[in-house]
Amino acid sequence: MTAKQISVFLENKPGQLVELAKTLNQNNIDMRALSLADTKDFGIVRLIVDDPYKTACVLKEAGYISSITPVLAIEIPDEPGSLMQVLSLLGENGLNLEYTYAFTARKKDCAYMILRMADNDKAVEVLNKNGVRLICQSDLSALFED
Amino acid sequence: MSNYYQPEIECASREQIRAWQDERLVKTVRRVYDNVAYYRRLMEEKGVTPDDIKSVDDLHKLPFLTKDDLRDAYPYGLVAAPLHDCVRIQSTSGTTGRRVVAFYTQHDLDLWEDCCARAIVAAGGTKDDVVHVCYGYGLFTGGPGLNGGSHKVGSLTLPMSSGNTDRQIQFMCDLGSTILCCTPSYAAYLAESICERGLRDKIKLKAGIFGAEAWSEEMRQDIQNKLGIKAYDIYGLTEISGPGVSFECGEQTGMHINEDHFIAEIIDPATGEVLPDGEKGELVFTSITKEAFPLLRYRTRDICVLSHEKCSCGRTHVKMTKPMGRSDDMLIVKGVNVFPSQIETVLLNKGYPANYQIVVSRENNSDKLEVMVEMTPEMFSDSVSEVGAREKELVGALKAMLGIYAIVKLVAPKSITRSEGKAVRVIDKRNLY
Repeated sequence: MTAKQISVFLENKPGQLVELAKTLNQNNIDMRALSLADTKDFGIVRLIVDDPYKTACVLKEAGYISSITPVLAIEIPDEPGSLMQVLSLLGENGLNLEYTYAFTARKKDCAYMILRMADNDKAVEVLNKNGVRLICQSDLSALFED
Repeated sequence: MSNYYQPEIECASREQIRAWQDERLVKTVRRVYDNVAYYRRLMEEKGVTPDDIKSVDDLHKLPFLTKDDLRDAYPYGLVAAPLHDCVRIQSTSGTTGRRVVAFYTQHDLDLWEDCCARAIVAAGGTKDDVVHVCYGYGLFTGGPGLNGGSHKVGSLTLPMSSGNTDRQIQFMCDLGSTILCCTPSYAAYLAESICERGLRDKIKLKAGIFGAEAWSEEMRQDIQNKLGIKAYDIYGLTEISGPGVSFECGEQTGMHINEDHFIAEIIDPATGEVLPDGEKGELVFTSITKEAFPLLRYRTRDICVLSHEKCSCGRTHVKMTKPMGRSDDMLIVKGVNVFPSQIETVLLNKGYPANYQIVVSRENNSDKLEVMVEMTPEMFSDSVSEVGAREKELVGALKAMLGIYAIVKLVAPKSITRSEGKAVRVIDKRNLY
């Protein structure tokens, strides 16, 4: 029940991100979401793409250091308060969120959240029990098609 | 005008110096041959016996000694006096792999401290001075050497050791320090801090004795102007005793080598051939008065020039220039000896590839050591804090190995510059030499 996020190591200096974007572009990789965590020296780019395995191969070929990280993806109503509800659930159950980012797709009235949890399994259990719609990688990939 | 601690020695005639050297060299060679198996073997390998060494003219017949020999013979292999006569150990920067441990009898400490006393008096030190020593104390020779020298002179000695700049400046103001002893980069930092705080009028410094690392003439001018002092250079190495092997006089045109204790030669580092006066080459020392740890023809790896030209200060001992470079890959960072191989060892131990680059720079007169390490798939994690923790762990391991703080930078794979396929390991941006 997880999505396959691509995490890429980049040095924190000018031109690094554009190089990565070029590589993805040359290989026709479609990005749905991007989030960048940075420190003084380096950054970690997190990507949701149409084909994570192809992307991993492409990046390896191009000399990048990257990994496939299992994250949770949820679909929530695109309206005020819906994120708060999900976060409250996690908090009330003592689940630690390491990072999160959001995106929308063509599907009307829906928003998507990527959640990186300290304990994915437990989070899945809690979210499922409370009727939060979790989507898996094939659902995510399908978002690229319509 | 000039001040001497031991005028009869410091201003002795060249004939007298030569006579001392001849006699002491012959005795030392005989003694190490008889007492130290390691020397005996080296000499036998070269086909030399003590009978072949009749004067300084025969010095070139003796084998060289290198840091590798010191490592091979570690810890007791080169000690020439009974251990029960030894009273002190000093060591270079506490690093493994290349550790040098030197032994001293009371006699050896005395002569070392005499050498430091000569440097302090040459810088104008007297019984009325307050000598502020902020070289590190402990295994490092800087603190103990100048401390002992200051005692010999009879100056009031402040054993401050390194660090805690606030306290350094406060003591300097409160106790009226007149002579400052530390590394030139720390002196420059102190100078800046004192000026920033508007305390220039509150300090009574008149001179500084700065050594243990390379510094430029511009840096000297900067320190002199900011502190209103005269800045003297001092040179030494633990293997030979410590600071005070040579020191500057008021002329500030080179450092007088204490030739009654140490014979200096300049050699071609590639061939080992002795070069004539005035030529640039590697400095080699033979200590001729030490009991516990006398070294014969020890290769310092420092490149410099010797000059026998008469000095206006009245001292007759030969002068050496500041070191102009190294004949090996050793770096001196913040006064501490750093070998790239030490950094490599740490990286390999921690599971990193030996793909690294060392960048040394100087910011605000203070040395900065950066180690660029190429990221590997094994080391990578999606979590910033995990990568940060790995970086921190590496910093800790480097500190333990080198004794100084190094900044670790994780860089992209294959991003470290390679020239003709060979990685450039060290970039020194300081332009020291």
